[in-house]
Amino acid sequence: MIALLQRDLRLATRAGGGFGLALVFFLILVLLVPFGVGPDTAVLAKIAPGILWLGALLACLLSLDRLLALDWEDGALELLATSPLPMEAVIALKALAHWLTTGLPLVLVAPVLGLMLNLPGAGYIWLTVSLALGTPTLSMIGCFGAALTVGIKRGGLLLSLLVLPLYVPTLIFGAEVARRGAEGLELATPLLLLVGISCGTIALLPFAAGTVLKMNLR
Amino acid sequence: MVLSVSSLTVSRAGRPVLSDLSFDLMAGQALRLQGRNGIGKTTLLRCLAGLQPPLAGRIVMAADSLAYAGHADGVKLQLTVLENLRFWADIFGCWDIERALQAFELGPLSDRLAGTLSAGQRRRLGLARLLLTNRPLWLLDEPTVSLDDASVTLFAAAVYDHLQAEGAVLIASHIDLGLPAEVLALEPYRAGSTTSTPFDESFS
Amino acid sequence: MSLWEYANPRRFLGLSERLLPGLSVLSLLLLTAGLIWGFFYSPDDYRMGSTVKIIYLHVPSALMAINGWIMMLVASLVWLIRRHHVSALAAKAAAPVGAVMTVIALITGAIWGQPMWGTWWVWDPRLTSFLILFLFYLGYMALWHAVDDPDKAADLTSMLCLVGSVFALLSRYAVNFWNQGLHQGASLSLDKEEHVADVFYVPLVITIGGFVLLFLALVLLRTGTEIRLRRISVLINRGRMT
Repeated sequence: MIALLQRDLRLATRAGGGFGLALVFFLILVLLVPFGVGPDTAVLAKIAPGILWLGALLACLLSLDRLLALDWEDGALELLATSPLPMEAVIALKALAHWLTTGLPLVLVAPVLGLMLNLPGAGYIWLTVSLALGTPTLSMIGCFGAALTVGIKRGGLLLSLLVLPLYVPTLIFGAEVARRGAEGLELATPLLLLVGISCGTIALLPFAAGTVLKMNLR
Repeated sequence: MVLSVSSLTVSRAGRPVLSDLSFDLMAGQALRLQGRNGIGKTTLLRCLAGLQPPLAGRIVMAADSLAYAGHADGVKLQLTVLENLRFWADIFGCWDIERALQAFELGPLSDRLAGTLSAGQRRRLGLARLLLTNRPLWLLDEPTVSLDDASVTLFAAAVYDHLQAEGAVLIASHIDLGLPAEVLALEPYRAGSTTSTPFDESFS
Repeated sequence: MSLWEYANPRRFLGLSERLLPGLSVLSLLLLTAGLIWGFFYSPDDYRMGSTVKIIYLHVPSALMAINGWIMMLVASLVWLIRRHHVSALAAKAAAPVGAVMTVIALITGAIWGQPMWGTWWVWDPRLTSFLILFLFYLGYMALWHAVDDPDKAADLTSMLCLVGSVFALLSRYAVNFWNQGLHQGASLSLDKEEHVADVFYVPLVITIGGFVLLFLALVLLRTGTEIRLRRISVLINRGRMT
């Protein structure tokens, strides 16, 4: 099973793998925000947690349509379906690989971008914690969306339409943790809810996504 | 017996293409599916591989006994030949990569990126994967596409070795590989317009 | 006689053709009666004045927007478990009707909100969750549209409906947590405490009945159309094969 993870990580870092594109997108988005709302640091500090969460979410979304489509096009998915690996494991590993190449770098770079948006000092730790807990869920939900749209030509836009509403609960609780953290408020409730959603999603969604992928292979 | 099929009906896009098909495949036996384009060779193989459910009938085989090779090889162009083979070896838990490389004369190419291979070489790489699956039943869909004569001979030798090792092979192919393969003509099993799916019946 | 007999398209069409005229007429009668009663023969609210009368469109449509999705969920489950084609097509047919109900609820809500709250739109939990529900409807319909093979489309949309329902429910509570909102409490509930007064209640129940029947009639009509579409494509394919 490790082999699939290794292969996906290796493919992501090879030429044309798209590794780092999400990071650049995230950076550009954060750069554009002051142009849009003005350079007032007080305003930027107030909206920084939300902007960073939204940016991470959109950067995550950007790379989803390649998640399964490449393996679909070259027939690797069919071969994996007839291999000893269960489809649920394939999905879970794909989501993990996506998180390691997209989500984790976003988590690590978010505090730096927080600095640029004048995020208050207390906010850094909770921003990182909330992103670290939330981005695996984003990858897993995205994997489900990718499994739904894998056979569709130019399914990228449809994928966004299907996935974004599913992102709502994660975004609400994740951004709430980051915001309350920045403002120094009590944040146990949204944090626990975020953890709950993450655990539930990661435990159950591979089965739904595996089923969907098998349906798509028919 | 490696594979036993009885009164199988398979459908493509909701319409039956082959119906009431029965055959057995013994260890050491090769069977070549013959029929014109669109008769349902690919559909039959996909169905046997478990990728799509049959409309009716029974397929009996041991669990985890098949290796499927479709039109697409699943070769990753950004990985080297060796990395591609290592991946499948790991998935199927079989480590005799050297044998696979030798059987398809991929040794000299093993450090090349698969993207730099010619179509025929890439096909050979795709077929070499079969030797790493360690499974007795091979389901091959047009395996010789884009192979030259020398490569076809290599492939035939690999199939022959597999049969000698008590394996079984089901091939959909236009050309005769020069193997002692029996031919299964699919034309008599073509689903006529009278055969209908439960869907058709209820909708018309 | 089992309910599943109507899973046969022919039987279903027969039944729906017999039911459709009655349902349509009854729905029209109830809607006319309820709306006329509500608009002209019920008093103004002591706080909200005559703006309260939009309740006769707002509440029933909001109710049907949610019930439409629940119906799709049930139909999707029936398709996944028993693979009755009529069930999948009924879910497909219900989606646009439910989406329109959601739009009506959102628009009437905005029209009502303007005089009450002084703004067309607030990021209130109820409004926001309806907007999210609308997005779910859109995604569901877009997926049906995008997949060519009808059986595969039915499979995929059913799974989306299943997973989407869970996330829609999660969003509902997440949105509640996120903003407490201006929206009044439930207009109808078993708990008498936050119930609307009886003078509004009777016409409201009548219009709700009208909306339920309207929804049923539209879904039956659209399911019939879908069945006929599938039948035509079967006949075309058959003609091509012979």
